[in-house]
Amino acid sequence: MEETLKIIVLVKHVPDAQFDRHLTGEGYTTDRNESILSELDEYALEAALQLAEARGGAKAGNQVIALSMGASGAVNAVKKSLQMGATEGVHLTDSALAGSDAAATSLALAAAIRHIGTGAPVDLVLTGMASTDGETSLVPAQLAERLGLPQVTFASSLTVDGGRLTARRDADTYSETVEASLPAVVSVTDQINEPRYPNFKGIIAAKRKSITTLSLADIGVDPAHVGHAGSWTTVTAAEERPPRTAGTIITDEGDAGIKLVDFLAAQKLL
Amino acid sequence: MANVLVFIDNPGDALKKSTLELLTLGRSLGETAVAVNGDLHQDVSATLAEYGVTAVFRPSAQDLDDYLVSAKAAYLAAAAGAASAGTVLLDNSPEGKEIAARLGIRLNAGVITDVVAVDADGTAHKSVLAGSYTTSARATTVVSVLTVKANNVTPEPASVASAPETSTVEVPADGTATAARITAREQKAASGRPDLSDARIVVAGGRGVDGDFGPVEQLADALGAAVGASRAATDAGWISHDAQVGQTGKTVSPQLYISAGISGAIQQKAGMQTAKVIVAVNKDAESPIFEIADFGIIGDLFDVLPQATEEIKKRKG
Ligand SMILES: Cc1cc2nc3c(=O)[nH]c(=O)nc-3n(C[C@H](O)[C@H](O)[C@H](O)COP(=O)(O)OP(=O)(O)OC[C@H]3O[C@@H](n4cnc5c(N)ncnc54)[C@H](O)[C@@H]3O)c2cc1C
Ligand SMILES: Nc1ncnc2c1ncn2[C@@H]1O[C@H](COP(=O)(O)O)[C@@H](O)[C@H]1O
Repeated sequence: MEETLKIIVLVKHVPDAQFDRHLTGEGYTTDRNESILSELDEYALEAALQLAEARGGAKAGNQVIALSMGASGAVNAVKKSLQMGATEGVHLTDSALAGSDAAATSLALAAAIRHIGTGAPVDLVLTGMASTDGETSLVPAQLAERLGLPQVTFASSLTVDGGRLTARRDADTYSETVEASLPAVVSVTDQINEPRYPNFKGIIAAKRKSITTLSLADIGVDPAHVGHAGSWTTVTAAEERPPRTAGTIITDEGDAGIKLVDFLAAQKLL
Repeated sequence: MANVLVFIDNPGDALKKSTLELLTLGRSLGETAVAVNGDLHQDVSATLAEYGVTAVFRPSAQDLDDYLVSAKAAYLAAAAGAASAGTVLLDNSPEGKEIAARLGIRLNAGVITDVVAVDADGTAHKSVLAGSYTTSARATTVVSVLTVKANNVTPEPASVASAPETSTVEVPADGTATAARITAREQKAASGRPDLSDARIVVAGGRGVDGDFGPVEQLADALGAAVGASRAATDAGWISHDAQVGQTGKTVSPQLYISAGISGAIQQKAGMQTAKVIVAVNKDAESPIFEIADFGIIGDLFDVLPQATEEIKKRKG
């Protein structure tokens, strides 16, 4: 018998990059109209679902809990996760959380993870390699530091066996094999799998799954330690870059390669 | 007393240009100490003195590379304490950012990544949302941790060389207690071309190369450029994943980016749209890449690229 797993997947609700994205308000936070489940977090969810399914899925007692921190809209990232196959959802939301930087986000998420782990401990926390809006990749490492857990970041493969995990990590000049004991915090890259689409059955099943809403009071976090006030960094100015505009476009008439070199020479790029 | 600490991971036998940039930036902010991990070569020590470094710290342990990041963060936190650092500077590599992340929690310090410039008052500048905004940010904490992108500072030795003292810093045990262990490390073959992340020129190919990177590589070599790729090309296995440019690949800001057979999806643009000059070669006039190209050629890359390569060779003699 394989061990069963209790996995938390961190899913962020982010502005859809297919549309223009904007920074708004006093703290220059991202405008969250037209937001979606961060596509890089789908890889983490898929990795969790595969680990659970290999152990008999929900029927055998495996849990895949999608956790999102954010304003009311963030519940949609949780719902999408349930449609893809997560067994339950948790939405951490509180007006005091607005404007949290990575340090404040990791503080609140760490407290939520501990809360979810009371009673039955969590085996794995899976995250995306970066949020597609913040793009810092700070949160997974900060969570590992705060929770005192092994950090296995940028995994491009992941296996779990007998309370230990093995992952591969690719850097520019080398690739590594990494081992750690559970529980651990693991971030995964887009090389690890191909996330599934929610199917009709999944969408129907999701309606019966529970979503727990947590506030800061529920997880014992002082509102002064999160949000704009509790963050350790602040954005003091933001300026929109003028969008790039199209330059000269030519159609090849047999000499475009020469014209390209003329252009490079004129730009002093040769 | 030093108030800036620069982290130098495995310097080898000569400091990288990006490290010299950090030392130069550090000096503009205050007295600069360094925390080294790994062997300290004599030539490296000499360069540190030329750059005016006031103190050199080394770890009590030699096995920090065996642990994923946390041991280095624990060491650096102890070194920051020993140096009374107000600012810690690291390079902006994925590992640099991860060390910074954990260091921030250990020091109760705000972390700012992807920094391109730092003012004397500590305000850091960066670009966000795939290059669509530039922002100014600062840490509100006593200590700030900044990861700085390469090629934004001109390295300059100090006007007066220093004679830094070297001391050993005890690595806290909790940096290794619960750490993931690196159990194997394989070197990858070097391409012999410039490093993609900080190359002056990048020539990139996409699905349009249809399995043959030859024309892209030949143009790159004629220009002394690095080779990049779209995810469609790396997923197809035509070229290594290391060459991928974009949201989940590398972010590049070269003087010149030549895009060939790439449509210009948002995830590709996220990694290259801050290039100074963009050239696009694509068969399809409707391709979105033409919306951001300074010079666009509607044509077949198998005609245009080899012709350009020949012409460059001719002109360079
Ligand atoms: C989570 C996620 C992350 C992603 N991250 C990245 C990333 O980091 N980087 C990235 O690039 N993509 C990324 N993608 C994929 C991205 O969405 C696109 O699918 C990809 O960039 C398309 O690659 P392409 O332009 O080479 O292929 P296509 O979109 O198929 O375009 C090929 C182009 O080649 C042209 N062409 C064909 N033959 C020729 C010829 N002989 N001469 C000239 N032109 C020709 C065609 O007209 C076409 O425009 C990501 C996607 C997701 C979901
Ligand atoms: N507000 C959030 N809610 C849930 N998960 C988050 C949140 N912010 C970050 N994460 C997780 O942390 C990963 C890295 O995010 P970042 O450090 O912001 O680049 C994401 O891919 C998510 O899995």
